[in-house]
Amino acid sequence: MSSRLVLPAPLRPLADGAAQIEVQGSTLGAVFDDLAARLPILERRLRDERGQIRPHVLVFVDGAGVRGEGCLSTPVRDGAEVFVAPAVSGG
Amino acid sequence: MARALLMIGTRKGLLIARSDDSRRTWTLDELRFPNQEVYAVGIDSRCDPPRLFASGTFGWWGPFFTHSDDLGATWAESRQAAIAFPAEAETALARVWQIQPGPPNQPGVVYAGVEPHALFRSDDGGESFSLVRGLWDHPHRSEWRPGNGGACLHTVIPHPTDPAQCLVAMSTGGVYRTEDGGATWNPRNRGIEVSFAPEDARFPEYGQCVHKVAMHPDRPSRLFAQNHGGVYRSEDGGDEWTAIETGLPSNFGFPMVVHPQQPDTVFAFPLGEGRLPSDTRCRVYRSQDAGATWHPVNEGLPEEPYLGGVLRDAMCTDWADPAGLFFGTRIGEVFWSRDGGESWGQVAQRLPDVLSVRAAEFQ
Repeated sequence: MSSRLVLPAPLRPLADGAAQIEVQGSTLGAVFDDLAARLPILERRLRDERGQIRPHVLVFVDGAGVRGEGCLSTPVRDGAEVFVAPAVSGG
Repeated sequence: MARALLMIGTRKGLLIARSDDSRRTWTLDELRFPNQEVYAVGIDSRCDPPRLFASGTFGWWGPFFTHSDDLGATWAESRQAAIAFPAEAETALARVWQIQPGPPNQPGVVYAGVEPHALFRSDDGGESFSLVRGLWDHPHRSEWRPGNGGACLHTVIPHPTDPAQCLVAMSTGGVYRTEDGGATWNPRNRGIEVSFAPEDARFPEYGQCVHKVAMHPDRPSRLFAQNHGGVYRSEDGGDEWTAIETGLPSNFGFPMVVHPQQPDTVFAFPLGEGRLPSDTRCRVYRSQDAGATWHPVNEGLPEEPYLGGVLRDAMCTDWADPAGLFFGTRIGEVFWSRDGGESWGQVAQRLPDVLSVRAAEFQ
């Protein structure tokens, strides 16, 4: 199961400058696990060491925002777009 | 001439000031890690060239921990997170507050004090760290509370000669010391007052909001502490503390620094109302008799009303001879003295809020 992970500009240096990368996995959790195996520094910008998505990171699967408990079980279809972005927070 | 560098962690990134003329003049590198809050910087002078450490947090992307072996030209972050809580801890690293290389007789040892209250130890020079379980499993831990800045373990003082001993300080929690290499830890807060507690609860065994502790390596039994209201000295490694605030304009502040060549000389930066500099003056206070008397040392510092305080890790020495003393303020100015505080010059200005400084001289 292959999908595209779309990265915001601040994270692209951690993916050799790529704006999007191909990732594997049939759920959002599996996608992040695949990322952790290949690009662990990038993955930990998105998830903490418990595997939880960081509080100010937004994740969209095919345009639908996913949040909260159980979000890592969200199905990711073949060819899907997984979009990550910083929340409008911080300073 | 000797070279020197000063790491300046700010709320918006890391700056490095460099001197190639024995610390007479300084030039500033471009900002690194923009938009990162660089709460902790460290210099391991046991390495040649010194290994630099920096850790910060990005509002969205969590903490990072990185090091440089070429004096800051390039930085490396470990593929696997250098500092991470094990799964059974059921928490996540929020921030690194302190990076403390071990003494010369403990090669490779580097400590990190973090938020939530925990101590990590590296035995490979800071490439990877392990949680110090003896402190994490301490029965008091559930009663340690966050200070205003967070639930931080902000001070780590390894004993200069005995690898079994180490002292930490937390806001809030207070001072704890191990004498068995970190397996067990005991509170060492007797005499430190919690001034905001009810009258009959002002001297608890633990729970104090100690802001910083300092020690001179030639005299490890003597400690100085800047508390959240109160300045103290211990002559027995923290077993008992005695107030030494007489002569200071305020007993509140954050940093506490010992002169590297003069174990009786200690520096503080008192804060008054609103956590602004006491009397809104940019004044370092120096004691040359281990806290018996204090005097302001401010020649060369701004004369006009000054609204920039100094945070707990924003003052340091460089351990050179003559010693350099440095501090950065919350309004982005960095000052330095190379004569024990008698006179001051400005290293940098118009920076973001300064959170941490560390300096070293090297060949």
